Amino acid sequence: MQATIEFLKLYWAPLLCGVAVVAILPLVAGYIVLVERKLMADMQARLGPMRVGPHGLLQPIADAVKLLIKEDIIPDNADKMVFWLAPVLSVGAALLSLAGLAIGPAFQIAQDINIGILFVVGISALGIFGIVLGGWASNSHYSLMGALRSSAQLVSYETAAGMALVSALLFTGTLNIKSIVEVQSKEGIWFVMLAPVAFFTYLVASIAETNRAPFDLPEAESELVAGYMTEFSGFRWSLYFLAEYTNMIVVASVATTLFLGGWLRPFASVRRLNFLDFIPTLLLVAVAAYCVMRTPKQPTRVQQLFMLAVAGLCFAVGLVLLAPVIVPLINPSLRVVVAPFYAGIHGGFWFILKVSLYIYFFMWLRFTIPRYRFDQLMRLGWHFLIPLSIINVLLVGVALIAGSYFNLHGWGLLLVTTPAAVITLVAALMILAAEKQRDAGHDPNAASDFYAG
Amino acid sequence: MLDKLLFYFFAALAVGSAVLMVTRRNVVHGAIFLITALLATAGIFLQLRAEFLFIVQIILYVGGIMVLFVFVIMLVNLDVALQQIQFARQKWVALLVALALAGQVGLMFWSSGKMPGQGLPMLTAAAASSLPPNSEEVAKSLFSSYLLPFEIASVLLLVAMIGAVVMAKKRT
Repeated sequence: MQATIEFLKLYWAPLLCGVAVVAILPLVAGYIVLVERKLMADMQARLGPMRVGPHGLLQPIADAVKLLIKEDIIPDNADKMVFWLAPVLSVGAALLSLAGLAIGPAFQIAQDINIGILFVVGISALGIFGIVLGGWASNSHYSLMGALRSSAQLVSYETAAGMALVSALLFTGTLNIKSIVEVQSKEGIWFVMLAPVAFFTYLVASIAETNRAPFDLPEAESELVAGYMTEFSGFRWSLYFLAEYTNMIVVASVATTLFLGGWLRPFASVRRLNFLDFIPTLLLVAVAAYCVMRTPKQPTRVQQLFMLAVAGLCFAVGLVLLAPVIVPLINPSLRVVVAPFYAGIHGGFWFILKVSLYIYFFMWLRFTIPRYRFDQLMRLGWHFLIPLSIINVLLVGVALIAGSYFNLHGWGLLLVTTPAAVITLVAALMILAAEKQRDAGHDPNAASDFYAG
Repeated sequence: MLDKLLFYFFAALAVGSAVLMVTRRNVVHGAIFLITALLATAGIFLQLRAEFLFIVQIILYVGGIMVLFVFVIMLVNLDVALQQIQFARQKWVALLVALALAGQVGLMFWSSGKMPGQGLPMLTAAAASSLPPNSEEVAKSLFSSYLLPFEIASVLLLVAMIGAVVMAKKRT
């Protein structure tokens, strides 16, 4: 009996969680797309999708149905097997890497793997094969060009991202995702403060790795139609799309875990700031109140009801989030009983909030900065980001040795890491100045790279 | 039982895809089967509970080297490659090497005093919970017992890297 339960726990629980994630993720990705379109509309002073459902809230479902019933075209000269395999590979790698992530202390599909962060990064990097092979298999120039650009871009920026991860991992001394967050909780400081340059490097490199604007050269529609996706249609195309958005979630989660304290509340170790625990509830109640306030202004009865339903849902979730905070205040003896609920629910809330902010930043950049040219992109990667991240690893190492010499911990480590960051920035400025001097001789806008355009 | 099943699955996958990799005419298909073979090898590492080797195999060989391979293959004109002879007609050399390899494996079985199927002297399997933390163990042995070989290898790689940069620069 005991053995059976152990067996179920070992093999079936992760399997069920995995199936749940795979089932829910397309919906999540669809709504990220909707949020992106709405944000874009907001920044361009228009309304965005408004037709399907109240404020276009059912648009992702309509889009999904449309994609499912669209004709699935395979070009005559395509390599059928590879064409079939490529999108599956892309989406499979992205989904598999989700298994290693920890959303809260208890929410992790592959529990406590020793190589944690390496697993996530390594597996998600396999998705590039889907892009490259898909581009090759379509037997079209645009696709091949997009695939080549994509692989060149990924190989270059993965180095910078890896170096950024190394400089954060120097603080933790472990690769296990849970332990990484626990170290941040013990030190009482997030690594974004200790290694700001590494965070910046990772931020830029992760945008390039997920092929997002301003680095979305592989699918630059003004030059390459749709890059590697040109020949794909219907469901296959949507698989690529799903992979792209899953990858966004993965890089955002990695950044959150390593730099932004994972599921920890801001200042989790400071007792006096415990009132911050009420923020999730307040936020949701505020959303609910806003929905109720806007209800009379909705034109149709259905939309009014919908707004009220959203308000009720937010209010209910807010109450659930409130319970683990309020109960120990009323009856302190229940603190131990409530602790796992607190860690699970609030941890999940903070993690998802941080991931959403990171993704929001991606979108914000996309609508603000114009696209780079390919040789500019390569130059930024090889001439600036990689040297910067290598210097940063060296200096963070030196700072850590100095920190252990003076026996510094937590916020005290800032005393040694801040000078290191400043020196790195000076080095960065020097690199830029050297670049400028070298380029002074010839026209900087002359596209010299083979892959440019 | 599950362990054995996994091992034979990954082993068969590795051998099968390696054979297919050599016999395919299309270079890209060959590359795909090479990737499969490397992934299957990584699976065997995982089945042996060497997590760190598993992920290093994937990051280095599949995610690094194979991406570059595929990148180069994309630049090659496949129609020309299809016209060329597939095998280099080195049958006899190949036979010699294969015989030598078979001899080595046979010698291993013979010297251990057991026939194939009886099993080789194996390490006793540790319980999953008491396994040493993989990456820490690798790091310790790499930076204490094997420090000199490690440093020599890094210098070699550095030399290769600088050499590649110098050769690429010469053209302009």
